[in-house]
Amino acid sequence: AKYISQCIDEIKQELKQDNIAVKANAVCKLTYLQMLGYDISWAAFNIIEVMSASKFTFKRVGYLAASQCFHEGTDVIMLTTNQIRKDLSSPNQYDTGVALTGLSCFVTPDLARDLANDIMTLMSHTKPYIRKKAVLIMYKVFLKYPESLRPAFPRLKEKLEDPDPGVQSAAVNVICELARRNPKNYLSLAPLFFKLMTSSTNNWVLIKIIKLFGALTPLEPRLGKKLIEPLTNLIHSTSAMSLLYECVNTVIAVLISLSSGMPNHSASIQLCVQKLRILIEDSDQNLKYLGLLAMSKILKTHPKSVQSHKDLILQCLDDKDESIRLRALDLLYGMVSKKNLMEIVKKLMIHVDKAEGTTYRDELLTKIIDICSQSNYQYITNFEWYISILVELTRLEGTRHGHLIAAQMLDVAIRVKAIRKFAVSQMAMLLDNAHLIASNTQRNGICEVLYAAAWICGEFSEHLEELNQTLEAMLKPKVTTLPGHIQAVYVQNMVKLYASILQQKEQAGEKEAAQEITQLMIDRLPQFVQSADLEVQERASCILQLIKYIQKLQTKEVPVAEEVIALFAGELNPVAPKAQKKVPVPEGLDLDAWINEPPSDSESEDEKPKTIFHDEEQRHSKHRPPEIDEEELARRREARKQEQANNPFYIKSSPSPQKRYQDTPGVEHIPVVQIDLSVPLKVPGMPMSDQYVKLEEERRHKQKLEKDKKKKKQKKEKKGKHRRHNSLHTESEEDIAPAHHVDIITEEMPENALPSDEDDKDPNDPYKALDVDLDKPLADSEKLPVQRHRNAENLKSPDTEAPLVEKKSKKPKKKEKKHKEREKEKKKEREKKKKKSSKHRKKKHKKEKEEKSKDKKKSKKKQHHSEEETAESVQNGTLDDEPLPPMSSYCLLAENSYIKMTYDIQGNLQHDSQVTVSVIFENKSTSFLKSMELNVLDSLNTKMLRPEGSSVHDGIPVPFQLPPGVSSEAQFVFTLQSIVMAQKLKGTLSFIVKNDEGSTHEKLDFKLHFSCASYLITTPCYSDAFARLLESGDLHMSSIKVDGISISFQHLLAKICFYHHFSVVERVDSCASMYSRSIQGHHVCLLVKKGENSVSVDGKCNDSTLLSNLLDEMKETLSKC
Amino acid sequence: MRFMLLFSRQGKLRLQKWYLATSDKEKKKMVRELMQVVLARKPKMCSFLEWRDLKVVYKRYASLYFCCAIEGQDNELITLELIHRYVELLDKYFGSVCELDIIFNFEKAYFILDEFLMGGEIQDTSKKSVLKAIEQADLLQEEDESPRSVLEEMGLA
Repeated sequence: AKYISQCIDEIKQELKQDNIAVKANAVCKLTYLQMLGYDISWAAFNIIEVMSASKFTFKRVGYLAASQCFHEGTDVIMLTTNQIRKDLSSPNQYDTGVALTGLSCFVTPDLARDLANDIMTLMSHTKPYIRKKAVLIMYKVFLKYPESLRPAFPRLKEKLEDPDPGVQSAAVNVICELARRNPKNYLSLAPLFFKLMTSSTNNWVLIKIIKLFGALTPLEPRLGKKLIEPLTNLIHSTSAMSLLYECVNTVIAVLISLSSGMPNHSASIQLCVQKLRILIEDSDQNLKYLGLLAMSKILKTHPKSVQSHKDLILQCLDDKDESIRLRALDLLYGMVSKKNLMEIVKKLMIHVDKAEGTTYRDELLTKIIDICSQSNYQYITNFEWYISILVELTRLEGTRHGHLIAAQMLDVAIRVKAIRKFAVSQMAMLLDNAHLIASNTQRNGICEVLYAAAWICGEFSEHLEELNQTLEAMLKPKVTTLPGHIQAVYVQNMVKLYASILQQKEQAGEKEAAQEITQLMIDRLPQFVQSADLEVQERASCILQLIKYIQKLQTKEVPVAEEVIALFAGELNPVAPKAQKKVPVPEGLDLDAWINEPPSDSESEDEKPKTIFHDEEQRHSKHRPPEIDEEELARRREARKQEQANNPFYIKSSPSPQKRYQDTPGVEHIPVVQIDLSVPLKVPGMPMSDQYVKLEEERRHKQKLEKDKKKKKQKKEKKGKHRRHNSLHTESEEDIAPAHHVDIITEEMPENALPSDEDDKDPNDPYKALDVDLDKPLADSEKLPVQRHRNAENLKSPDTEAPLVEKKSKKPKKKEKKHKEREKEKKKEREKKKKKSSKHRKKKHKKEKEEKSKDKKKSKKKQHHSEEETAESVQNGTLDDEPLPPMSSYCLLAENSYIKMTYDIQGNLQHDSQVTVSVIFENKSTSFLKSMELNVLDSLNTKMLRPEGSSVHDGIPVPFQLPPGVSSEAQFVFTLQSIVMAQKLKGTLSFIVKNDEGSTHEKLDFKLHFSCASYLITTPCYSDAFARLLESGDLHMSSIKVDGISISFQHLLAKICFYHHFSVVERVDSCASMYSRSIQGHHVCLLVKKGENSVSVDGKCNDSTLLSNLLDEMKETLSKC
Repeated sequence: MRFMLLFSRQGKLRLQKWYLATSDKEKKKMVRELMQVVLARKPKMCSFLEWRDLKVVYKRYASLYFCCAIEGQDNELITLELIHRYVELLDKYFGSVCELDIIFNFEKAYFILDEFLMGGEIQDTSKKSVLKAIEQADLLQEEDESPRSVLEEMGLA
């Protein structure tokens, strides 16, 4: 970021300069930075400046930058109008082209309005290159400025028959896109397109046309009929999958729109399905996916033809790709029937077991439940099977959909009476094994099913065989680790179980057993009383008190079971789904999916209240209140108070039980009221809930007084009978029933009915929102074509067209004037600047030099910096896996029988115009070599650094003597001015050979070759910095190619690194980018690519000469490989 | 087509082209989101996904992901074909293209794309004519350039 901000500062500097080339470079850099996500909107004006450059190179960059970063909000965009117009009418077709391309990206309504006419003239340009672009950009113009369609359309139509295929396809593209938004205005073009379709061989165009027809056919059924044949022909003949897919898609669309009047309708569907089968069977995942996608479209209208491919789709479930599996699942959802449901679900269950990844498994789980529960369990023939499937699903580990399963369990158990017994036994099993479920998935939610299990067991405890066992399972200490809301349900349902056990025992006369069970409750409940969850605590402490009281009664040998049972009297009735649906949904309820479900059997609901009513009615009619025992009465009152204390909690309990209970007491209330007052019609007048509570108290009180055991038994039997009876028939008994029924509705509904209406609306709301969403894009585009349509009609009378065009051309003129004025001002400013600049040119030169030196310093700093940071990338070049051949950078300088000289040249990092030449002197003779002196003939550019005071012709003494066979190294410093060219210096080494025979004076001439590579210093570079460098655009480009290279890429890179002092920045397969820097701060970037037998090297460098010389050297190195 | 993105396996954007003018902020958000989605997908998975209200077609060439967002009604296969065609073009132009080429010559990659697609529609289906147009434009550029560099050298000298 620091680097970037530095770069941006540099760019800002560059933008301030007058030189357009520098500016273009700066803009180019900005374009790259924009891609990296930096905001460059501040430079918009500079971009426009570059756009208006006269040279194509800069213009191109300018337009590129504009197309990347301009959008409708860019305020300077209006300044471009004139420039673009100028470019559009440029004699150079590429100027025009680049302007059109740029414009296509940032066209605004204003630009579209102002330039529409210019573009239209371009549509009949002589060059197809321009025509093509002009036609395409018209689409953008139409979108921004709909009014232009009217005048432009006939010309666009002409272009459909343009001799140049490119223009033609462009025209097809544009019209297809237009037609897709609003097909009905383009019906008249159908014959023309039909001709094109049958004649064209260009698949790209064909696809567009076919898509267009797909949009047209819903409006014109005759077209569909006509289309089927050529389309089926295409399906048969084409080898291009994309075309095939498009055809199939269109055929499907056509067939859907045709409803069913077609003769060969099923044949073509069959063909489509067959072809799709081929797609799905293909090994290409993409085709498979699309095949399934298209299949699901067919499924909606022709489920039968798809169903025969069930096997294939089931196969797709095994696919590796999750998205394909999900598509297949979608298809399956639509494919189930009563017959195959069990089979499909069985397969899915197998997949659930196999599936890896919880997301997919969860998806499978929800799909299974969706599939089974769709349209109200329509396809389920055996609910026992379904319950066991649900139970099996609970064994899944780590699923998030515990609540979903729970909801299904509750739903099925409540709505399907026949299954209750089975369900209860399964749930009891679940409760027994609760530790399995609760232990490993506590945080996730499969334990939600315990919620359902507990509730079902409690609610339908009459079906339970092993009451005690279940109760004990629920009282296990482990239960306290469950989430609070589940514990709450546990506590509540324990009491239900307890009540039924109590009743059982008392009926059987096993008082001790009953007391035992009471004791058990008292023993175990305290663990819940200590719960941290308020709800659990509250319920538990309440119930504990109640049970303690019961215990007291029990010790007095008072039969209590009836009263306890009475606590839950209402809940024994089935609650119809509708009743639940009508209950207002508490906020944040997670079960609303279930609640919103449409009710299956409305009768059952109607019956239920009646049954209660009948029960009560009969009870009351048969049993008149007995005399009241005062003592008994008092005691009962106590009990009642307990109940009442209990009741509020009951209602407040966790969401879903609440609904049920709220409902049931409500249902109970009314009959009682009616009976007590025996004036049903009064009831509507007193629906206050407080009153109900009072009435309820009275009723219960009375009931308790009235009832004694035996009678109640009878009632119970009758109750049961009635219930069954009623479920078979609708009302047949007493006349009052309907009246009460009505009452119930008018009384009970007001509270609930409203929310239920809201419930109905709820699911609609998203749809409504969706409708709007769908409409919006349409509406936008619809408006335009509607106008266009009218326009197109108007066009037939040419009179209307001309004035329009005129108007348009007038408007821009005004603007033009403004622009011209502005431009004039600008020009003046520029001229002034130019004058100034010519005056100060000399000064500037100096400044530039200063800047340069600054730059150098900067870059040095950078260099150091990067060296520290990029230790890794330094290694890139050297850290090679393969063993590399030994390489030496020392090469032969000269050799004779006495001495051999090898040398290496190293750039001097500290000094930008010095290199160090290391020469190794090796004594090959048996003589002693001494007084060696090295001298070179300096060139203008390259000079040997001699000690001060010595003349240019003096040699430099080698600071050592060489005994026989010994070698030693000496270093000489050379100064250079320019480093862009290789240099050769002639030189001589003079020395004295001293041996036994005496001493001789010898000379050895040599040529010191300063290659360009020797001016380079291996410098590591980060790939980011490298990329930024490249985009800076300061660099010259050149490239070479060398054939016949057999060594591995690895070696090749190593050679370049070694001999030419480069470092590898990044390597991808057989392609690598490399970097180096010269001692004078030139950046050299290479892109090395290896072909089969060749290597190409692209280079970029600040200096083109340096680069070409470097590349030549490299070529030489490489050609030796 | 709504937009085209090229990004590397490391999630670095290499090229972006938006055919509907979009604000920078929105662009950034979309790019980030889309990259996450696409990069998370395994190689064996199919090239299409539904994302927001668009369909995304992507394909991986070596270390580069080419990613196009198209509208609901557009043909996925043709888009795939289009991506391939663009890669072919790049390949022809650069000669066995690789990611570094596109970093190295990013402006060229843009020019080729602009020559091939315009406003999100295919401009020319023929590889030859696209390449010809690019080459000619390049020629024009070089003509422009060569006198300039000479002048510069003069100025420097």
